[in-house]
Amino acid sequence: MATLQLRNIVKQFDDTQVIKGVDLDVNDREFVVFVGPSGCGKSTLLRMIAGLESASSGDILIDGQRMNEVGPSDRGLAMVFQSYALYPHMTVEDNMGFSLRLAGVPKAERREKVREAARILQLDPLLDRKPKALSGGQRQRVAIGRAIVRNPSIFLFDEPLSNLDAALRVQMRIELARLHEELDATMIYVTHDQIEAMTMADKIVVLQGGVVEQVGSPMELYHHPRNRFVAGFIGSPKMNFVPVEVTEAGAEGVSVRLPGGESRTIPVDGSQLSAGTTLELGIRPEHLSLDDQGPMAGEIQVLERLGGQTSLYVRMGEQTVTLMADGDVAHRVHDRVRFGFAPDRAHLFDGDGLALPSLERHPLAGLGRQDNRASSSTSSMAGGQ
Amino acid sequence: MTTARTKSLPSADAGPLAQRTPVLNALRSRKLWLAVLGWSIAGVIFFPIFWMVLTGFKTEAAAIAEPSLIFSPTLDSYAAVQGRADYFKFAMNSVVVAFGSTLAALLIAIPSAYSMAFLPTKRTKGTLLWMLSTKMLPPVGVLVPIYLLFRDVGLLDTRTGLTIVYTLMNLPIVVWMLYTFFKDLPKDILEAGRMDGASTFQEVLFLLLPLTLPGIASTGLLSVILSWNEAFWSLNLTSSQAAPLTAYIASFSSPEGLFWAKLSAASTMAIAPILVFGWLTQKQMVRGLTFGAVK
Repeated sequence: MATLQLRNIVKQFDDTQVIKGVDLDVNDREFVVFVGPSGCGKSTLLRMIAGLESASSGDILIDGQRMNEVGPSDRGLAMVFQSYALYPHMTVEDNMGFSLRLAGVPKAERREKVREAARILQLDPLLDRKPKALSGGQRQRVAIGRAIVRNPSIFLFDEPLSNLDAALRVQMRIELARLHEELDATMIYVTHDQIEAMTMADKIVVLQGGVVEQVGSPMELYHHPRNRFVAGFIGSPKMNFVPVEVTEAGAEGVSVRLPGGESRTIPVDGSQLSAGTTLELGIRPEHLSLDDQGPMAGEIQVLERLGGQTSLYVRMGEQTVTLMADGDVAHRVHDRVRFGFAPDRAHLFDGDGLALPSLERHPLAGLGRQDNRASSSTSSMAGGQ
Repeated sequence: MTTARTKSLPSADAGPLAQRTPVLNALRSRKLWLAVLGWSIAGVIFFPIFWMVLTGFKTEAAAIAEPSLIFSPTLDSYAAVQGRADYFKFAMNSVVVAFGSTLAALLIAIPSAYSMAFLPTKRTKGTLLWMLSTKMLPPVGVLVPIYLLFRDVGLLDTRTGLTIVYTLMNLPIVVWMLYTFFKDLPKDILEAGRMDGASTFQEVLFLLLPLTLPGIASTGLLSVILSWNEAFWSLNLTSSQAAPLTAYIASFSSPEGLFWAKLSAASTMAIAPILVFGWLTQKQMVRGLTFGAVK
């Protein structure tokens, strides 16, 4: 059992506030990812949970106990650092067993626990090596092993994969997900990579400028971003934002005039709006499709063929719109194309950047990665019918 | 010609190679000149020491005669020197004071450098500069107060007194050097240790010290050498009981006029231990002084 609560956490460095009042609940065995651009305070927040940094105000509760004044090693946490932070003068075995040695655990027992962790991470043949004789991926695994040996109630990861190359990163991502399942522990993971966040999290916390922008499952953030920042940050390529004018607004939907003059009705609650207001239409590149009858048109400026998919960068008036199309699309650069979208896939953002609430929730919006796992048997049955 | 070369592969390969040879030659001759220069400078620096050692084996008459490499070596000077003063007593004082003050300086400097490197405040930089600035003050300026102070508390002509002065004298340099070595250590490693349950003391003992050992060793060596060579304080604060080798040499230089051979013999004996010590530890010295610069 390990839960974590943050209550109005503030961190002040001299005159600057880097964390401006964060509230958060992390449930037992949850995989929570803090994501945000660099300097958003995500690492500072993690370091405060770890106890390496003190909170200027607010409460940190682990299993309901206030931990603000408790030292890092007594909080029952383990942390994996971005730089791995292995002890260069110790072998892999000594690195992993260091915490036990400090705790006065007898040598035989220490050895057994280290072997057990090494087995989980397939580090057995490397136990006698020094860190400098290991590859980046192996060092990473040793750092994780060092955390496992402590048998912590919560694992903390500070951008653990950012020093690895792309292929290894994908592999370690899968390994971490597997590890989460095997260890059945609560994990908090910091990254700036939204793909890592989307693939591993049960719950994503999007941070910007020391403020939580949104907390939710990956699919909730994708389908129901609370504001323009989250909408732009989650998803790749980035969401397109197109200025539109409201022609008719009501609780049943909002009609907007698109660039080019045509109108569409978006199923969001517009009861607070009046006609003539300028809004921003948010639409993801993968939700735009080439369509000769589509309401929008432009000239292809750049065309990137990825094989399975093709990204089109289309100049439409003053702005460029990204569009993901089929891999076999026959268009060329400078072709004029028309395109459209399904209205229920579009988002509308008001002048403050806040999303207008959708009338219907996406059916997958509540799903975390764990739920994915738990329901896999039922969904395959459903697929068979 | 040029087009032909680019078309046929082998000659295209041969082209740059042929051009590279003079470059290599130039590099090689530059290296040679550098070596010649280096040896020359080393020779100039080493020559007085060499001459001193030589003079120690001459008779007093030969020592002041026309400088010559050819003479019949004698141990007379050494015998005379040893007959007048007990070398080993002075040497022991030097060893105790040099190593004692180094140990004391390290014990004080390690915690201070730790706090400055890993827990810096707004005043850390200023403190470091202030510490260094104390080295700019000519020691004569504080001689009288320290002398009087030592006289009143009974530290004159004691090893303890000299050790205290040397410790304080070397402390700024030792703190500075340790500070730069500690700063090179990634903070993450100590934080990982803290997460693993290490107390500050364990952090220093199990992580910081082993990882910065080359730096600490070279700092210690430098401090030993500086203390060994220190003459101003030792001449002024000691007379017979605690006098180190610097005082021993000085005792041969003045009273009855200059006796070059005896003075040289005494000096040779005074520098011999530290020379051997430096020789044995030079690898450590170089490694420590370039620690962090070359990774």
